[in-house]
Amino acid sequence: MDLLAIIRIAVRALARNKMRSVLTMLGIIIGVGAVIAMLGVGQGAQQTMQEQIQAMGSNLSFVGAGTVTRSGMHMGWGSTKSLIYDDMLAIMRECPAAHAAAPGSSTSGQVVFGNDNWATRLNGTEPQYFEIRSWPFMEGSAFTQNDVEMSANVAVIGETVRKNLFGATDPIGQTIRINNLPFRVTGVLVPKGTSAAMGDDQDDIILVPLTTLQKKITGQPWLRWIMVSAVSRQSSYAAQEQISALLRERHRIRAGDDPDFFVRNLADMADVADEAGRVMTLLLASIASVSLIVGGIGIMNIMLVSVTERTREIGLRMAIGATEGNVQQQFLIEAVVLSLMGGITGIIFGLGASYVITQTLGWPVKVSPLVIAVAVVFSMAVGVFFGFYPARKAAQLDPIEALRYE
Amino acid sequence: MATTSQPAASLTGTKNHETVILVEDIHKYYELGETRVHALRGASVEIARGEFVTIMGASGSGKSTFMNILGCLDKPSDGRYLLEGVEVSSLSKKELAAIRNRKIGFVFQGFNLLSRTTALENVELPTLYARISKAEGEKRSREALALVGLADRVEHFPSQLSGGQQQRVAIARALVNRPSILLADEPTGNLDSRTSVEIMDVFQKLNDEGLTIVLVTHEPDIAQFAKRSIQFRDGKIRRDDWIQNRPVASEVIKNLPALED
Repeated sequence: MDLLAIIRIAVRALARNKMRSVLTMLGIIIGVGAVIAMLGVGQGAQQTMQEQIQAMGSNLSFVGAGTVTRSGMHMGWGSTKSLIYDDMLAIMRECPAAHAAAPGSSTSGQVVFGNDNWATRLNGTEPQYFEIRSWPFMEGSAFTQNDVEMSANVAVIGETVRKNLFGATDPIGQTIRINNLPFRVTGVLVPKGTSAAMGDDQDDIILVPLTTLQKKITGQPWLRWIMVSAVSRQSSYAAQEQISALLRERHRIRAGDDPDFFVRNLADMADVADEAGRVMTLLLASIASVSLIVGGIGIMNIMLVSVTERTREIGLRMAIGATEGNVQQQFLIEAVVLSLMGGITGIIFGLGASYVITQTLGWPVKVSPLVIAVAVVFSMAVGVFFGFYPARKAAQLDPIEALRYE
Repeated sequence: MATTSQPAASLTGTKNHETVILVEDIHKYYELGETRVHALRGASVEIARGEFVTIMGASGSGKSTFMNILGCLDKPSDGRYLLEGVEVSSLSKKELAAIRNRKIGFVFQGFNLLSRTTALENVELPTLYARISKAEGEKRSREALALVGLADRVEHFPSQLSGGQQQRVAIARALVNRPSILLADEPTGNLDSRTSVEIMDVFQKLNDEGLTIVLVTHEPDIAQFAKRSIQFRDGKIRRDDWIQNRPVASEVIKNLPALED
């Protein structure tokens, strides 16, 4: 008996009880749909993170002052007072893989314009920072190297700050007060949005010349970070190593001791973000797959009912020459057809759902063909697994008893 | 009522005597918990090609067990059963399924047609389990349906057919793989008397063409249409007679009054 004939028979048997078949399939549809949607959303988020990190510049290395914990970038770094401006000059002088560098120091500040005020991050840096981070201006321009030398009271603001302080007013040339000092706004940065990797608002920021921040606001000469761009993407790991070696020497860190700084390469950060995204995707998908198992149990249940209902049919088939194998195959194929049809419908639903979700969140839809293939195979496997016992039961019926069954 | 005589006497006149079924001293026991039921206590019978045999007996007489063994649905606990010279009791389940498929045609009391499946597809069912191409299976199924007079009902569903027509579909299904014997278990049990005679007419005509038929019934007037009558009692064959002056079903129908509704 060829497979095509068995499949045709299975489809016909299922069509005899349309409502029941559809309801049984619904379990698989929801299960597969949920898995596909969750994977789609998860992968979409992952891709968005990657794109944002790429946008920061993939050949970028980030040197931070002493970190308390080594695993998280954000936790407690900058607490040591060892990173200085001369370190940056040394990097530019002695690391061949370094192309450009920008120093930075940060604090928080209270900003006032007219009747509005806003608390934000305040970063001191030099003009090349905007090039290294490839961060263009929406309006106006960066402060100049001259401003840095003069410790001028000029500021570049992010979109969130602009929105909160100025609203409809044109901010260029306006004077804002930061920690009670007057600053002239020279430029507004293009919004970068919320960082998917770190979850903070990258546009909630004010940048002023480093010297201004150090002399007039914090009164401290130390740097909190140095951003270094490598000559090429490939050399970013080399840059990272050169910087690390140079700073260990300059800071007199003995071999085996923990350094009082850290160097991160954006490729590393991309990996970390990728890993986080993968874990999240896996978590979502495994929760969703629980419903797939529930759907499988539904199939098993209905197949058992079907075997009981069709006892006479099974007896007849055996009487006219079906072997145990034929009967088992027939019911197994029925279960697989049920789950496979549910799976395919579920994929369509899942794609639709992930499209709606990603549209709402503004992420790209990302469902790889691999995921779809896995979903198809998995739903088939559910059919085989949960259909096996009922099919076995059918095959082991005694034809004489089965024919007599009322 | 037809008169009977001993079969051994009449067999001598049969030409080309070829044994299809040879049963020698078969026994069947069932274990029902503590008790042991002895359903068949040494039955022996020989059926030649072209015979039309009815098996009669009260319930519990062992006739159903005997039929199940003839149909290769069950195996004897003891004794030999040879179908066309093949020792059936030694075959595996898979081989038995193949025998049922190709050598035996079953007709049941309850028709056992698949609902929401056309007459043609019902008849095709045994061909699906045989190594027959789809086209050949369909051709044979149409022929079988034509043979039972249902050539114009091929695409009908069982629910659109009368009881007699449904039983004809079942007979066509039993014939489609061209079996050696046709086993009918109370084929007229669910039918009115006129339709019963019509079905017997079908059987007589098939028998006239050479088909071996074994039919179980408890209605003596149905048994009359066969050529030979075997009676079971307490797991043994009590009588085995040739039926004399058997009526021709097609003639009987003419004399039956039409049913008034």
